[in-house]
Amino acid sequence: MVDVLRLRDDDPVSDPAVTVDSFIEQSNAAAVRVEPGDDARQLLPHLEQLRLVEVNFPAFTDGRGYSAARILREGGYTGELRAVGDVLLDQLSHLRRCGFDAFAPEKPIDQADAEAAFGRWPHVYQAAADDRAPIWKLRHG
Amino acid sequence: MYRYDQYDQDMVDARVAEFRDQTQRRIEGKLTEDQFKPLRLQNGLYLQLHAYMLRVAVPYGTLSSAQMHMLADIADKYDRGYGHFTTRQNIQYNWIKLEDAPQILADLATVEMHAIQTSGNCIRNISSDQFAGAAADEIVDPRPYAELLRQWSSFHPEFLALPRKFKICVIASETDRAAMKLHDIGIRIVRNDQGELGAAFYVGGGMGRTPMIAPLLREFVPLDQLITYSEACLRVYNRYGRRDNKYKARIKILVHELGKDEYARQVEEEFAHLQTLGIEPPIAELERIKTYFTDPAFQAGASDDLDLSDPDFALWVERNCLAHKQSGYIVANISLKPVGGIPGDASAAQIHLMADLAKEYSFDELRVTHAQNIVLPHVRKADLYTLWQKLDEAGLGAANLDTIEDIIACPGLDYCSLANARSIPVAQKIATRFAETGKSGTLGELKLKISGCINACGHHHAGHIGILGVDRKGVENYQLLLGGCEGDDTSLGQITGPGFDEDGIVGAVETATDVYLANRKDGERFLDTYRRIGMAPFKEALYG
Ligand code: SF4
Repeated sequence: MVDVLRLRDDDPVSDPAVTVDSFIEQSNAAAVRVEPGDDARQLLPHLEQLRLVEVNFPAFTDGRGYSAARILREGGYTGELRAVGDVLLDQLSHLRRCGFDAFAPEKPIDQADAEAAFGRWPHVYQAAADDRAPIWKLRHG
Repeated sequence: MYRYDQYDQDMVDARVAEFRDQTQRRIEGKLTEDQFKPLRLQNGLYLQLHAYMLRVAVPYGTLSSAQMHMLADIADKYDRGYGHFTTRQNIQYNWIKLEDAPQILADLATVEMHAIQTSGNCIRNISSDQFAGAAADEIVDPRPYAELLRQWSSFHPEFLALPRKFKICVIASETDRAAMKLHDIGIRIVRNDQGELGAAFYVGGGMGRTPMIAPLLREFVPLDQLITYSEACLRVYNRYGRRDNKYKARIKILVHELGKDEYARQVEEEFAHLQTLGIEPPIAELERIKTYFTDPAFQAGASDDLDLSDPDFALWVERNCLAHKQSGYIVANISLKPVGGIPGDASAAQIHLMADLAKEYSFDELRVTHAQNIVLPHVRKADLYTLWQKLDEAGLGAANLDTIEDIIACPGLDYCSLANARSIPVAQKIATRFAETGKSGTLGELKLKISGCINACGHHHAGHIGILGVDRKGVENYQLLLGGCEGDDTSLGQITGPGFDEDGIVGAVETATDVYLANRKDGERFLDTYRRIGMAPFKEALYG
């Protein structure tokens, strides 16, 4: 069992996550796992019923999960969005900007290190799936 | 030129602190090499044959003299006293120690420079027309758009683990001096029928083992949707670009496999969606950036007279200088291709000197060109002779821009771990041969480009004459290509036939130029003659 680093206050969902395919076929699950090759947009019609979406990173160098996360948040998903797999300290702040609010790394990440990573960037240049105001907004209001 | 405000400075400083921490963790063994590699690459640090190479970003090729001085200081302090200017308008140092890298980045940050995303599978430094702001034929200065894209692409959280590297180029004139259509995204700022400015997007070009010329994806993207449209292009690529094979992972393959129309349809769909999210910086931000790119204080009524009585000077002016949009001024190119030298290399002393000359004679501004030369963009004609004398004294007066001596060559087997063959000695031999026979001048414009392997960092596909190093049963061998062109009428070179050894390729280049000289009609360049007469006469002379 990996430790889950959560940035949410609600209770964790304990339902096992099903694959996107089986979720689409018999959709009563509340937790689903998105693999890099899955199309996250398939989940958009069912967001109401989802409370946990895990996005798997088999290798941290495969960035498809970043787009999957933003697409879900842009589609209005408010439940837990959890990055699982090869999730490393140096990617945490970018993952968070893409909408992840929970992290289940294969190798545990020290809590203090994680907090330092989230505090790394004083500002951001782009609008993304978090609520940080981009620098252009700060410049022009 | 652009100056950082506190926000920009804070971001670059944060990056320095982050990389210092990452390097420390690597040295302590808390990060494995596999984990560290993408991090160091995105800070420009690349492991070569003998040492680390550090690639420093020169956004859209523009530098101030203070920045140029810093580049020289770094060459002296952390390298062996040299810098190497690259085909993407950046500078590389070839002998860097890992433990020095964080301090180098800190030094760079003091002059508003960095090495962010100069390597790795992310959006790279944005390139542009080296004559931006000086060229007579531009609609507007393209650099504000490049700066807007620089900020958007820096640390973009969604696009830091793309299938492969991603290169963007922005130009704003009909004449393409930046090989725009050989980029992942090439943008040309254009005016529509209503006189409004917008961006034409060419997507899916590139060199490498499958060279492709980017097709026009969209004729006109309004300026207040530039970032949003770019984001749509990138998102479709990030989701669907191939990740199963490194050599098929560039966006050109995705566009090719899907077909331009299908890729464009997907981008439009994503674009429509992203437009609802308000991710576009306001036009006021573009206007703010533009204020940094206004014309320097040109002297009104500066004289257009040039005393060309010194024949060496006259030759240099003819070969290395270009018309400026402002009367009384001229664009001066400093060739970093002295005969027998390493293309693109400059010593710390030369870099310092170019910085001083830029301060004195070019409104404090320099440019790096994708042909690995340096430009002083705004020189008063009245100062040109003095400037040239100072350059010439320092070994920077080579009058060979765009001639066969102005060779683009990648680092090749002398430095690069991927190389099949050496590039630099071949470039040196060819330049020396043509300088000795005095034929460089007779040949006129002739762009020769050399890559040490199929990755094509030396742009051999785009050379009027291209040379590709291959490995033939463990021996270095060179293929000859003819007819490539990076400009408006972009074309890819064709291989002549079997390759040559190192001396053979020098002879083969000479043979090809002889065919041209024997066949050329009035005013034709090598490329024009080749296009008219085709490959056959060249083949006949080379192998017949
Ligand atoms: S073309 Fe090949 S040899 Fe030359 S720099 Fe690129 S990878 Fe290295």
